[in-house]
Amino acid sequence: MTANLVNILMGGIFHAAILFLVSAGLQVVFGVQKIFNLACGSFYALGAYVGVSAVSWYAGAGGPPALFIVPLALAGLLIGLSGVVVERGLLRFVYDRDETFQLLLTFAVVLMMEDLIRMTWGTSPRSTAGLYLVYGQTRLLGATVPVYNLVVIAASLVIALGIGWLLTRTAFGRIMRASADNREMTEALGVDMRSVYMKVFTLGTALGTLGGALVIPATAAMSEMGIDLIVEAFAVVVIGGLGSMRGALVGALVVGLLRAVAISVYPELEMLIIYMIVIAVLILRPRGLFGGAAA
Amino acid sequence: MTGRVVLAVVALAIAALPLLAPPYHVLLMLPFMAYGVALLGLNLLFGYTGLVSFGHALFIGIGAYTGAFLTTHTAVRSLEVMLLLSVALGAAAAALVGALCVRYVKIYFGMLTLAFGMLFYTFLLKFYRVTGGDEGMRVLRPSLLGQSLDAMPKTDYLAGPYYYYSLAVLVIAAFAMWRIVHSPFGLCLRTIRDNPTKAESLGISVTRYRWYAFVISAAYAAVGGALLGPPIGNVDPTLAYWTHSGNMVLMTLLGGFASFFGPLLGAFAFIFLQDTVMSVVPYWRLIFGAILAFVVIVAPGGLMGLFTRRRVTAMERA
Repeated sequence: MTANLVNILMGGIFHAAILFLVSAGLQVVFGVQKIFNLACGSFYALGAYVGVSAVSWYAGAGGPPALFIVPLALAGLLIGLSGVVVERGLLRFVYDRDETFQLLLTFAVVLMMEDLIRMTWGTSPRSTAGLYLVYGQTRLLGATVPVYNLVVIAASLVIALGIGWLLTRTAFGRIMRASADNREMTEALGVDMRSVYMKVFTLGTALGTLGGALVIPATAAMSEMGIDLIVEAFAVVVIGGLGSMRGALVGALVVGLLRAVAISVYPELEMLIIYMIVIAVLILRPRGLFGGAAA
Repeated sequence: MTGRVVLAVVALAIAALPLLAPPYHVLLMLPFMAYGVALLGLNLLFGYTGLVSFGHALFIGIGAYTGAFLTTHTAVRSLEVMLLLSVALGAAAAALVGALCVRYVKIYFGMLTLAFGMLFYTFLLKFYRVTGGDEGMRVLRPSLLGQSLDAMPKTDYLAGPYYYYSLAVLVIAAFAMWRIVHSPFGLCLRTIRDNPTKAESLGISVTRYRWYAFVISAAYAAVGGALLGPPIGNVDPTLAYWTHSGNMVLMTLLGGFASFFGPLLGAFAFIFLQDTVMSVVPYWRLIFGAILAFVVIVAPGGLMGLFTRRRVTAMERA
């Protein structure tokens, strides 16, 4: 009984850790640039595919299996630089426009990215066979948990703390919070908004791609994984409150755990219950549980 | 004046198409007409009221599944009954969803509609005893105006009676929408779009008018969905998926949301361009993503915007 419960909870927390990374990327971009980036799910998918390729290359080159997480995470972070291309190439042209058009432009990125992934990696699912259990499994209150899951959960927590540190303890974090609060005033004080937007969008992208890369040993990369995940990340940020980092953390835990519980108790309810909560939150507390807080 | 001539020529061409064009292209016109009806509704919200719904696939889904449910689970075959029931169910669902959504604008409106759309999608996907799950449901051939046409070969049926039936529905729907947007009610919606505060102070109940627009647009989308079912022959949950809602907004923007006929042009361009691209490479999303990005950045008026701008400059020169 406890073993079963622990299994469910650990599965949910693992999923929440990944969801948090993608949602955090969504939040920094929304907080500072006020753009709801539908493409963050696509970056997640991109990171997953690049992660698969990096790990296969690493295995082919004869690297020790125990260190596969190094090329995996590096690849996930590096491909986050594709955010620069999207921001400089597309988004910067619509900063003064209605937010509907900004949303539609990110939808254009969703469409393009899905096919770019199909063109590069084909349509069949890709996975990193065998690496998931390289670190073995551990027993936790009678349940068997892959150590890799614990590594990802820990990494996600470290990143959450790192973002908190970045936002509250560094000069760039202060600039980010200032631009989130009042763009004109920040610009008037001499901050180059172009470079802030570029860095923030790249940070958001890298969080998404890293999330995709880290999830990949546990599952297979599929071209639809992006458009499926974005609606979950969307649920996370709505429940937590748009633009709030603490909200992303709590929202990811709510969505991850609820999904895990629903799947094991009554599978029909899996996502249904999450959308019902999303709708309830939007109606009762449109700013979310932590809305209104600084980015 | 020239507008009317163009409209008459286009209407005649569409009416004569089954006699002239190969059946393949005639059949491609069926989804065009179905989406045409749905997008007329979507644009009442988008172009005229200033609300962008990212969940209108919900109502397309309601219309399509109504037809499928009636033909597979009951003895009803009449397309008229399907259309009327779709309107009733679509409007009833929209009355509820709309009451909750129209209190918000911009991004929050988009998100709330998206959430409702996905709620319905998950319902279709998971409750397979009612909906057939991811395999969906078959849509049996409906009878038209009380005539059972089961004996006809499929292509003849779709390219003949069904084609003209869809066209008639589109014409009636477009005429009704034309009256709606050119009525005082339509003017109120445009006032709300441009300046909600002023509209409110003029005595227009902003949320109530938005709600009316939402319900009407959902009824249109449900009719479009009901028309979409029979040519496909099978409905599945992807009809209600959020990317389908996004594609509907894409079509509207492509044609031009600022113009009455823009969405129709957008649906036409989308369907025929998609077909052309798919016959060469399977990557239509890449092409349409690039087109959407181009439209958003460079030509937010869409295809219609190009025409009108050219006409304006021609007039200025004269």
